[in-house]
Amino acid sequence: MIRSELVQKIADENPHLYQKDVERIVGTIFDEIINAMAAGDRVELRGFGAFSVKKRKARLGRNPRTGEAVNVAEKHVAFFKTGKLLRDRLNRI
Amino acid sequence: MSEKTLTRMELNEALFREVGLSRNESSDLVESVLNHLSDALVAGETVKISSFGTFKVCDKTERIGRNPKTGEEAVITPRRVLSFRPSHLMKERVSAGNSD
Repeated sequence: MIRSELVQKIADENPHLYQKDVERIVGTIFDEIINAMAAGDRVELRGFGAFSVKKRKARLGRNPRTGEAVNVAEKHVAFFKTGKLLRDRLNRI
Repeated sequence: MSEKTLTRMELNEALFREVGLSRNESSDLVESVLNHLSDALVAGETVKISSFGTFKVCDKTERIGRNPKTGEEAVITPRRVLSFRPSHLMKERVSAGNSD
């Protein structure tokens, strides 16, 4: 399923909304999640999962092509942990 | 890093504020989006949200693991797990927003 298919499904269920509004609704939800993480916040959606920011320490990496050692700076990455309900549903519990 | 947590409540509030929906309708739509994402994943579909990220279901085979507390060996049953890969946009924004 891609973003446009998700928008279509929501639009089909809500005939009183314009397609354009549904696009904004879906876009707002995903933007809010990114904004929160960009601010270092956690996003917890019970039953679905939680998005959090994890710090990756600076490390000495290697250029896989040349084998040369390179410094990799400290960075922050987005992390998603599946919620209990969704995890159980994936395994038909 | 701050300790704030965004929940359904803040997403509902954002729809109320940005799109001008009623609070009730906002909350129904947030729920509906999460349900559609979950249903597609449970059906084994990959969910690709452009400029957000990709959720993919992976099948894990049975393996022998260990109870980390007791060191005892245990069979880990085959299972389906979800993996999320953030989009470039998310990676950039998370990385830029959290660098001091």
